[in-house]
Amino acid sequence: MSKNSEAKKEAVNVSEMIAQNKKKKNISNLFEKLIPTILFLLASITILTTLGILYTLLSQAIEFFKRVPIWEFFTGTVLKPLSQNPEFGLLPLINGTIISTIIAMFVAGPIGLMSAIYLSEYASDRVRRILKPLLEILAGIPTIVYGFFAFTFVTPIIRAIWPEVEATNILSPGLVMGVMIIPMIASLSEDAMTSVPNAMREGSLAMGATKLETTLKVVIPAAFSGIIASFVLGISRAIGETMIVTIASGSSKNFTFDITQSMQTMTAYIVEVAGGEAPAGSTIYYSLYAVALTLFVFTLTMNLLARYISRKFREEY
Amino acid sequence: MSTLANNKMKVQVKSKQDEETEAATVESGKIVYDTKDLNLWYSETHALKDINLEINEKEVTAIIGPSGCGKSTYIKTLNRMVELVPGVRTTGTIAYKGKNILDRSFKVEDLRTQVGMVFQKPNPFPKSIYENITYGPKIHGIRNKKILDEIVENSLRGAYIWDEVKDRLNENAYGLSGGQQQRLCIARALAVQPDVILMDEPTSALDPKSTLKIEELVQDLKKEYSLIIVTHNMQQAARISDKTAFFLNGEVVEYDKTNTIFTNPSDSRTEDYISGRFG
Repeated sequence: MSKNSEAKKEAVNVSEMIAQNKKKKNISNLFEKLIPTILFLLASITILTTLGILYTLLSQAIEFFKRVPIWEFFTGTVLKPLSQNPEFGLLPLINGTIISTIIAMFVAGPIGLMSAIYLSEYASDRVRRILKPLLEILAGIPTIVYGFFAFTFVTPIIRAIWPEVEATNILSPGLVMGVMIIPMIASLSEDAMTSVPNAMREGSLAMGATKLETTLKVVIPAAFSGIIASFVLGISRAIGETMIVTIASGSSKNFTFDITQSMQTMTAYIVEVAGGEAPAGSTIYYSLYAVALTLFVFTLTMNLLARYISRKFREEY
Repeated sequence: MSTLANNKMKVQVKSKQDEETEAATVESGKIVYDTKDLNLWYSETHALKDINLEINEKEVTAIIGPSGCGKSTYIKTLNRMVELVPGVRTTGTIAYKGKNILDRSFKVEDLRTQVGMVFQKPNPFPKSIYENITYGPKIHGIRNKKILDEIVENSLRGAYIWDEVKDRLNENAYGLSGGQQQRLCIARALAVQPDVILMDEPTSALDPKSTLKIEELVQDLKKEYSLIIVTHNMQQAARISDKTAFFLNGEVVEYDKTNTIFTNPSDSRTEDYISGRFG
């Protein structure tokens, strides 16, 4: 009897409390409606920043192109910004950027993909749990460390084997950049391969395919879009990499395909000019923006290309 | 410990193979799978206990039982897919056409070429319909385009799906409905002309209409293939199989002609299960 009345009392209290809370809810309702707007504003910061950067680059680059014709800039093979008769040909920088990227991808592509195959298809759970974090430590090393690693460790070794290589050359930073990019490709490709459903591996193995055949003919094609994305991100990273090439490749603006020589990349040029005393308003100052804009277009193209390729080759499941 | 088990297994293999050659001459190859004293452990779990089963050629053998009774484990042992689970151990023998497939020297790829498998959920490759069918033949070295075209048509016809897909062979298999995907998977298995087809609950993810189609298909396939089907659907087992094995807690409770199992089971547990008292 008494229990009953107690329970009833409690029930009354609860509904009253809820009713009271409902009155307070007006404020939280407002909050509820404001949240999407706040989140939208926060999310648009990224877009606004991108637009801001683009605006700065464009407006200053236009200033540059008023002084140096676009055609001359993109086809010129001589870059002598500090000379008495300065010449602003971009090709040496583009050449340096592309060659260092190719060298890096020759290292990072195969090794990264093989590591991913090993981690996702062959390694036991225990090995994977140990190896993957180790791989990611490699990604956490500051690039300036890689830079002097290339300059003080890798270059001397290369020169001991191949004496024609100069003290500053594009080969050594290219290789080290490749090593730096391995974890990125390995980790992203491994994610793509691990997310291929096991049912597909089983389907292949049950046909009498070996593990290698299954990996090469089912898993990799199914994960292809992810693998390509990782490669393109690797390329973007190599194009944008700055410190390693600045330190280990010197600042000769050679237009050459000889990897034993010093070359300058677009990024390294920006470091050199921005670090030197380029008076605001001078042609050399504006050339920074033109180079940066080119760099931006490069990486943007890479990203668009990645999208196109991964959509075209996607094996949907 | 495991080496001990292995040794024991090898000893059994020898005597088994001798017996089997004798048996083969007597029975003239009527038995396709002869399982003797099969035990299987997942790490510490004893999943299959002293299984003894003789499975006939060109018949439909159904394996029924409640969830977790070991029926899927057993069928996966027949093409050694069970080895993909880490920490699996087996003892005993499974003679496939007289040879012990659990013996380490038996090449698992050869076994799986002769024993096709269809899974619970349709698992076509994310490739075109055509490439799904040619996957097996290509893996095993068939490259001639004309022969491949022929294989594709025959396999798809064999799996009752040719008419539905003949105009869209180059489209992605994932554009097909679930039932079509499953028949495509059957066609994929047929493409390498196996002797046996294992089916692990092939209709459990399908609607009744697609299920019916696959059941009809199974009836047709048994003219040329030996079929072993795991099913949780007792009516299905009754409809399509010649013999039925009832598994419970990792043991074979009863194995007999399907008719006998469903009308006159000798074990009371079988009767309880098929009459729906548990499971």
